[in-house]
Amino acid sequence: MTREEIFERLNDVFRDVFDDDDLTVTDATTAQDVDGWDSLRHITLLAAIEDEFDVTFSMGQTVSMKNVGEMVDFIEEEA
Amino acid sequence: MQAFEHPIDAALLLRKKRRLKKELLSRDIAWIDKRIAVLGGSTTNEICDQLELFLLHHGIRPTFYQSEYGQYWQDAVFSNEGLDAFRPDVVYIHTSWRNIPVFPDTTATVQQANDMLEEVCGHFTAAWEKLQERFGCPIIQDNFDRPAWRLLGNSDISDHRGKTNFIFKLNRYLYDYADSHKGFYVNDVDYLAACFGLEKWANPLYWHMYKYSLCLEAIPALAKSVADIIKSIYGRNKKVIVCDLDNTLWGGVVGDDGPEGIQVGPEVPMGQIYSEFQQYLKEQKSIGVLLAVNSKNDEENAIAGLNHPDGPLKPGDFAAIRANWDNKDMNARSIAEELSLGADSFVFIDDNPVEREIMQAAGLGIAVPVMDKVEAYLQTLDRSGYFEVTSLSDDDLSRAAMYQANAQRKTLMQSAGSYEDFLRSLDMKAAITDFEPMAIQRIAQLTNKSNQFNLTTLRCSEGDIRAMQESENWLCLCGRLQDKFGDNGIVSVVAGEREGDALHLRLWLMSCRVLKRGMEDAMLDTLVTGARARGISTIVGYYYPTAKNNMVRDFYGRMGFALIKEQPDGSTVWALETSAYAPKNPPIEIN
Repeated sequence: MTREEIFERLNDVFRDVFDDDDLTVTDATTAQDVDGWDSLRHITLLAAIEDEFDVTFSMGQTVSMKNVGEMVDFIEEEA
Repeated sequence: MQAFEHPIDAALLLRKKRRLKKELLSRDIAWIDKRIAVLGGSTTNEICDQLELFLLHHGIRPTFYQSEYGQYWQDAVFSNEGLDAFRPDVVYIHTSWRNIPVFPDTTATVQQANDMLEEVCGHFTAAWEKLQERFGCPIIQDNFDRPAWRLLGNSDISDHRGKTNFIFKLNRYLYDYADSHKGFYVNDVDYLAACFGLEKWANPLYWHMYKYSLCLEAIPALAKSVADIIKSIYGRNKKVIVCDLDNTLWGGVVGDDGPEGIQVGPEVPMGQIYSEFQQYLKEQKSIGVLLAVNSKNDEENAIAGLNHPDGPLKPGDFAAIRANWDNKDMNARSIAEELSLGADSFVFIDDNPVEREIMQAAGLGIAVPVMDKVEAYLQTLDRSGYFEVTSLSDDDLSRAAMYQANAQRKTLMQSAGSYEDFLRSLDMKAAITDFEPMAIQRIAQLTNKSNQFNLTTLRCSEGDIRAMQESENWLCLCGRLQDKFGDNGIVSVVAGEREGDALHLRLWLMSCRVLKRGMEDAMLDTLVTGARARGISTIVGYYYPTAKNNMVRDFYGRMGFALIKEQPDGSTVWALETSAYAPKNPPIEIN
């Protein structure tokens, strides 16, 4: 899976979780940039990503992710 | 929506919950609104979100109160403005083993472990009793899941120092409490965790990162279970299992293979599994679920198949049988008519995906679970929660017999000279009393289950009913009807609130199985007598239209009330002067 393909599917996940069809995320996107990305929504988001890419984030990965780019790095490693 | 049927699609429910909520809310159905207080020992946000989806799916629009993080006990035991003002209709206590305040340590003696158990039981009992005292509403309590690890290995379950042992004893106490306290329900988390897989369920990441006592993917299953209890309390259970026959109740096609060629019974594995499924349906019947046949077959062949000596179900177990070549949705409509029940209280089971599709598309609101492997039939039906038991009244236990008696009444009616003759030949006797303690459970159940012959559709808990009975201001009547074929049990409820010399009828309902027997006349005769004795001059009746109660739109008019107000939404107000009332004296002996 290329990084572009991951982003394509990842955007779908974000759009579902934030119920916003116009949402597009990039490597640099952080929680500050997305309306409604609070700690509760973050949990739903991670679980939906795990389900979409059939990966499991470790607790270490979960606490260290700084932006969407790092999320994609982990998906690349795991998938 | 299929995501809500077993096996539920947890990933979809979590990911698309916002969209799903909008879709569910956009439906034009008869909603009921309920206030649900969720008192948690851990994070409850996603639990409320998922519970909301499942309740909306059942036609219940919830509003939630959530305790501050981990404050379930404080909220329950101490007075609290937020919760008091919220006035919950239902309290759900979501706790896990992590909320058990103390456990025996490895040096504890048996006596010390028992003392500790008593202390922990007291801790939780205080919460339940205070809630009951403050709100008098149904309480749902999670039982305790077991930790995924066992310090003492296999001995953790049997040794008095084991955490697992201690949890099981606490659960035992909880079950005894539930069994002896009405309106207190256990949500069986222990079972849910076992089905889900305990190690996954108890993934500690979710506790340490987010303070969820279970993993996120398990929350929809937890919410479904709680929603099943709530919708059952409010009368939203299904009532009838409508069964296909060939490859649903037995293996093979009776029309082709002959009754001797179908597979049911102990001889072969395929026959055994159909037998087990039939036995399960027969047990459903024993708790008040009605069974019906809806099969494309010649009737003669269908009956021959049902008379198979090794099949647990016999033709007499079914309240209605349609074995013909008509479309199955037509048959479902005619079964609904015969049983005087809404088709939306049906569950249709059929191995044929095309028949299921047609039934779903017919828009009758019939639940159509996916039944495509015989080895999954029983489990699919059992996990569906369609018939979640929150109370088992005498009425539930004898329902099948009552419907059988109805069939005999029909035969008599056909042979009677006139309808009047038929009514007289039934030898009807009614007992009309106030809300006696023994009747309260059934009365509350009726207010929640009756949709068609129900003037106000006021839904009441057992606490509400008790409060009416205890109040000086209320005149409460419940009527029990029996005839020579059997006892119909309590079939009608009427209750009015007194204001000055007027009595305002907040409840008037009747079970449709005694339609056109004169029972409503008997109720009104008794009501007027009671009203006069209290010096009441006017009885005021209210009709609030719903999607289902059109049959009683003109009920008060037919009973001799005068229309005094009509609202644009179709609701009406009626009045009857007690002084001018002439008793209707139906052919029922009233005592």
